[in-house]
Amino acid sequence: MPKLFTGAEIVFKCLEDQKVEHIFGYPGGAVLPIYDELKNHPSIKHILVRHEQGAGHAAEGYARSSGKPGVVLVTSGPGATNVVTALTDAYMDSVPLVCISGQVPTHLIGTDAFQECDTTGITRPCTKHNWLVKDINNLSKVIHEAFRVATTGRPGPVLIDIPKDIQFAKTKYKKPKKEKKLNGKSHNKFSQDQIDELVNLLSKSKKPIIYSGGGVINSGPKASQALREFVELTGFPITSTLQGLGAYPGDDNQFLGMLGMHGTYEANNAMHDCDLLINIGARFDDRITGKIDEFSPNSKKVHIDIDPSSINKIIKVDLAIVGDVTTVISKINKTIAKRKNGHSKSNKSNIAKWWEQIEKWREKDSLNFVNSDESIKPQHAVQRLYELTKNKDTYVTTEVGQHQMWAAQHYKFNKPNRWMTSGGLGTMGYGLPAAVGVQIAHPEKLVIDIAGEASVLMTMQEMSTAVQYNLPIKIFILNNQYMGMVRQWQELLHEKNYSESYSEALPDFMKMAEAYGCKGIKADNPDDLDDKIQEMIDYDGPVIFDCHVDPNENCFPMIPSGKPHNQMILGPNDQEENKIKGKGKALV
Amino acid sequence: MPKSKSAYSIPTKKQKPDTYIFVVWVDNEAGVLARVVGLFSGRGYNIESLAVAEVDAVKNISRITIVTTGTPQVIDQIRLQLTKLVPVHKVAEFKREDKGVIFKEMALFKVVGKRNKIEKCLNACKKFNPVILDETKTSAVIQITALRREIDKMNKKLKPLGLISTSRTGAVAMTRGAKIFN
Repeated sequence: MPKLFTGAEIVFKCLEDQKVEHIFGYPGGAVLPIYDELKNHPSIKHILVRHEQGAGHAAEGYARSSGKPGVVLVTSGPGATNVVTALTDAYMDSVPLVCISGQVPTHLIGTDAFQECDTTGITRPCTKHNWLVKDINNLSKVIHEAFRVATTGRPGPVLIDIPKDIQFAKTKYKKPKKEKKLNGKSHNKFSQDQIDELVNLLSKSKKPIIYSGGGVINSGPKASQALREFVELTGFPITSTLQGLGAYPGDDNQFLGMLGMHGTYEANNAMHDCDLLINIGARFDDRITGKIDEFSPNSKKVHIDIDPSSINKIIKVDLAIVGDVTTVISKINKTIAKRKNGHSKSNKSNIAKWWEQIEKWREKDSLNFVNSDESIKPQHAVQRLYELTKNKDTYVTTEVGQHQMWAAQHYKFNKPNRWMTSGGLGTMGYGLPAAVGVQIAHPEKLVIDIAGEASVLMTMQEMSTAVQYNLPIKIFILNNQYMGMVRQWQELLHEKNYSESYSEALPDFMKMAEAYGCKGIKADNPDDLDDKIQEMIDYDGPVIFDCHVDPNENCFPMIPSGKPHNQMILGPNDQEENKIKGKGKALV
Repeated sequence: MPKSKSAYSIPTKKQKPDTYIFVVWVDNEAGVLARVVGLFSGRGYNIESLAVAEVDAVKNISRITIVTTGTPQVIDQIRLQLTKLVPVHKVAEFKREDKGVIFKEMALFKVVGKRNKIEKCLNACKKFNPVILDETKTSAVIQITALRREIDKMNKKLKPLGLISTSRTGAVAMTRGAKIFN
């Protein structure tokens, strides 16, 4: 007779077979049997967070920087509800997470038992799929299936709810099946004809642009490699969404910078005026498209995505290629190479004029700002941070707001998986716990959370986690005492009525650092900035860097609302002529 | 259009919505209906009627029939989003006007009144295969199968004849001829 295992043992056997090395969690009554079993599995390290939301974001940072699924372990009731924000965040940004939650014993489900909640009901809309395991015999199958669902196709979070009695119950363990039938959900559904059609469009185009997104990152490092080859083969300009940064080198000449609401002048104008738009692994988010009616009005549009439901959801496209980015781009590259052997004529000459036009847009230097000798400009701070860290393999996370956009604009990423930011859900408080997760996955690397003082306070408790595990994360706070992006919108749209966007009683971050047992550094003078940043980098341990910046700085360029891509507000000098009026206010 | 200060775009031109019928084959497991219905409510799609029951006890498959309205773009999204759900095996959709598909609902009418009124009711229902399921001297329960709008019509028509209670199902659908939904 085969050996019988308890549910808790099966959980760990599954995690071991799925090659899980780290789990982020917080114990509680309904998961105690699983926590009890932890000691018998030395290959799995548990990271104790200070709040379950932190566990979720840490697992996201772990997953996004390593390409492996992040694993979260929480208790029932409040443990599960606290992790909902992180699950939703992962769902919006397609991050593979496996969340295991404890549940009250099966016979108490539905009785309003202590710390009971309808976890699968609450998390149904924010997971790819979830399971309530009521029969111990299903447990191993469900856990392996959960890993498969989380990591295949368009990745995303899943949740397994395990009642306490199931954790105690015993059964046989089933290993994961090698290859399962795909239930009609295989991922590559394109044909060579479609690739040929795309290559034809490439060769005919005079004003092309490539618009790449987080799908390239999710497809793995090979996708970035293929994308780089594709851009080199075609000579086309490329722009990227917030989530796609790093897939293509940020300092390359063919890269136009980020597009969208706070994208560069050249990227947005190129999107508007192009005759061929190739979307690779992006989803036409509303922060990208601006006004839909006037979005890239004269272009043929191609959309490459693994998720069929992303196609034609927002923008009707002329050619849709459903598949994994790596596979699709590699096929395209091969097809281009083959054709070039036939007739060596490249279409690079076709697009020379287009590049001239782009260079003219570039001359606007839309990311410029008026620097100061007296106060630290936030953009300047990010630029200095970049200059002083670019030679290290640096991982950057952010919170949400102005500092996030400045980081996206001024920090140049050359590799995928180095940039972790909450884009879809826009979760303030994401960056600090995400940095914890990134540092766990890459213990030797420099990990910086570019933060705002308002965001970082939302999950500040995770500094305690960083100190406990001696994770040398650097929290680089651009402190302007405002919820900066809120203040910016209030300035532009609500007649400078700064309703509740000023933080009256901020903590002293230096003392806070001391209280948590990490290092605090404060900078308020541009002359000392470089030295202090260097001090932060050189310090072996977690640092809270309180960088006092000009509180009135706004994030530009910006697509003013109600306007298409080709009508942007540039710097402070440009604003007077371009006031946002009327229904334009709706789009910011 | 009223001035808006919201952070989102203004809705643009709308296409005309049409009525469609979705047939969805799902694993018959706990919560599967909630997933399908939650997808509709969560994404703002409309459900006009819903019918669901297990159709294959061996394979454990249920068949859900949903009548919905939407623009072609929305209908596309509904199909693609449904297909993404893990317990969903396949999804078929067709327009209500589709001649190749039979589309039926069932209704039970309780009529209370004198014999002649009940007779009149039965007469009015003649076209819709009326079956008397229960009868007393002063009442009858009549079953009919018909299209939604026909049942709507009968519902109105029988009111003055003593109809006191109506119970009806959602629509179910099946293709004509030998072919089945792909």
